[in-house]
Formats: sequence, structure tokens, C-alpha cells
Amino acid sequence: MSNTEILDGLAAIVNEVAGTPIADITPDKAFIDDLDVDSLSMVEVVMACEDKFGVSIPDGEVKNLKTVGDAVAYIEKAQA
Amino acid sequence: MTAQLRLPATRPGSRIMSTGTFRPARVVTNDELAPRIDSSDAWIRERTGIVERRFAAPDESVADMALAAAGKALATAGVAPDAVGMVLLASVTHPYQTPSAAAEVADRLGATNAGALDIGAACAGFCYGLGLADTIVRTGTSEYVVVIGVEKLTDFVSLDDRGASFIFADGAGAVVVGPSDHPGIGPVVWGADGSQKDAITMTQSWVEYRDEPGEHYPVLTMQGQAVFRWAVGEISKVCTEALEAAGITSDDLVAFVPHQANMRITDAMVRALKLPEHVVVARDIATTGNTSAASVPLALEAVIESADLPSGGLALLVGFGAGLAYAAQVVELP
Repeated sequence: MSNTEILDGLAAIVNEVAGTPIADITPDKAFIDDLDVDSLSMVEVVMACEDKFGVSIPDGEVKNLKTVGDAVAYIEKAQA
Repeated sequence: MTAQLRLPATRPGSRIMSTGTFRPARVVTNDELAPRIDSSDAWIRERTGIVERRFAAPDESVADMALAAAGKALATAGVAPDAVGMVLLASVTHPYQTPSAAAEVADRLGATNAGALDIGAACAGFCYGLGLADTIVRTGTSEYVVVIGVEKLTDFVSLDDRGASFIFADGAGAVVVGPSDHPGIGPVVWGADGSQKDAITMTQSWVEYRDEPGEHYPVLTMQGQAVFRWAVGEISKVCTEALEAAGITSDDLVAFVPHQANMRITDAMVRALKLPEHVVVARDIATTGNTSAASVPLALEAVIESADLPSGGLALLVGFGAGLAYAAQVVELP
């Protein structure tokens, strides 16, 4: 999957889980500080990503995914 | 030639005949709890969906609350106490290793012909009890079973715990289960995952506390995110299994009554299940908090009243929590 496809897919998920406008979901944005996605919503986002992208994101990894860009990079690497 | 054992006649079904609830009088708002944990009403509402909850009075015991709820359920069902064959009381906050709260409640109810036992399955306790009651009635073991879910969680929660003080609360809910000419309680789907026993546990065991008392006696402690992930991932699947076991789909439901763990979990489960719009979702946690074993029967009565749900309509009940453990079934509303 290309980075753009991953970003689009992730943005759709965050939008559905947390109601964040898609236009706001860019790689530089931090989930908690910028996008108002709290730790419970992050769990849901992570679960949806695992489903959509066919990857595994263990609980220990989640805290390292601070920005949208971190998540896209992780998913891309996990899919390789 | 050995004598042949004899069994009672079985019944084609069992059903919930009535509900009865007890909510303590003392209302506790978020504003009352927030300052002690450096939080706010807005944060608590956002995080959990809880606006207010009830705390039992110091002299209101688990048995007292259970008795009140069960008494109402029996009166509404029109079943005489001495006709009750079994009292199943689900709770983890009866503060005695022994005797059971159920035995005391049965005695105080006048249920002189009833067996009695407590079910220690936390938030899954009521649905486990309901599944057992269904089996007891259908096998002809007893004609009427009282199932109670009751907790005084405030005895075992620290008001200084930033993760838990505002979630847990007190109350009791009960149902009377009796015979039916067709299935009124669907097959129970139950299970457990003890590998996650530490996700919801106590800060110490009582013997650890006896040997090395810390600053506080043992209280509840919880890993919120792990529980959230389990509830949304695994329990959503359990819900689907319960529907399939009953031979129906979510289109056939009028209501969904999950354990009121957290409004965010309820919302996420509704999303994961893709519940049709017409299914009313119980959201009693907003004014009741998380009352563990009491949560499902309290929410059941509340949603029947608030949404004016039809008798005989189908509702999916699911309890899930410490153990980790779960139980779910579809029921016909009383």
C-alpha cells in the first residue's frame, strides 16, 4: 500500500472513531495533543487499523505512535 | 439390577417475569468527586459518559440492597416467596468470605424453600446467573428462581484513584425467572480469559494485606485500555455468538443492554456490531455509574421504562469484566 493510501485509510478511521474532520488529519498532527483523540479512542483506532491494514500493533507499540505520520510509517513497515 | 435414577419433567422454556431495582438515595455528582483527583465534570463526562451516580449509605449493606430489589421483583411477578426454589445473588462486594449474601436474602425474603448461593463473577455475574436460572427452570429443578445483581463497590474503591474513583457505584437489580410455554431466555454464551486476570483486580489479596498492610486496605485497580480493547474486540464477537445461538439477527432486537462499564465501550460495541438504528441501547451508566453485577438488571429496568419497550420484545444482554469473564444471552422482555 502506498503512504497516501495508508494516510487516507487512517484518516477515515480517526474521523469515524473520534469525529475529527478528515482535512485536519495530516502527518504532522499528534493524536492526543492536536486531534483530541484520547487514549481510549486510540485503542479503537489501533484496532480498526489492524483490521483494515492487516497488521498487528501490540499495546507496547501504541504509545510510540504519537503523530499521524508515526502511525503511517509503522503500518507501512508492518505491511512490508 | 441397579435402580434407575428419575429426573423431573423438563419445560419448553423459561422467561423473565419481572424486574425490581434498588438505587441508593445519595446522588453523587462529578463535581463532588473531581477535586480530589484533580479532574473536572467535563473530563469525567467525556471520558466515561457518567453525569452522576449513587453511593450506598454506611448502614446499607449488599444484602439490604439485594433484598429491596428482589422483594420488588417478586411482588411484581406475583410469586409467593415460599414458591421460590433458588436465590442466585451475583456480587463481589459482600464483605464476608462466608456466609453467602444469598442465604441471608432468601431468609429475609421468606423464601423458605429456596437454595441459595452467591456468584462471584463481577460484571458478568448477572448474565451468568440468568443463564443458570434458565437451565434450572427448564430442567424442572425449580419453578421460580430469583436472580439478583448487587454491589457496594464504594467499599472497595479509593476516591483518590484517578482511574476508578468516578466510575464505580452502588445499587441492586433483580429478576424473577419462571416457566414459559416457549423459550423466553435464549442460550447463554459464556467464557473466561484468566490470562488477563490482572486487568481488573485488587491492589492486594487479603492475606498479603494481613502480612504487609500498606497505606490502604485492598481496593479495586484496573487497566482501562486493556479492558477497553478486550470489550470492543472480543465481547462484540460474543454478542454476535449470542444472537446466532438464539437463531436471530440484530434486526430482530428491540434493545441492547450491555454491562454499563463505560459509555465509550458501549458506543464502540454498537459501532463494532453495526447495530441497526431501531435497536434501543441502554445508557443507564449516565446516572448510575458502573455497578458491576448490578449493572445489567438496573439498566434493563431503566431502558424498559424510558423507552417504553414492549413486553415480549427481544433484548440482547451481555455482562463482561473481571476474570476476565463474560456471559451473554438474548431474552424476551418481561
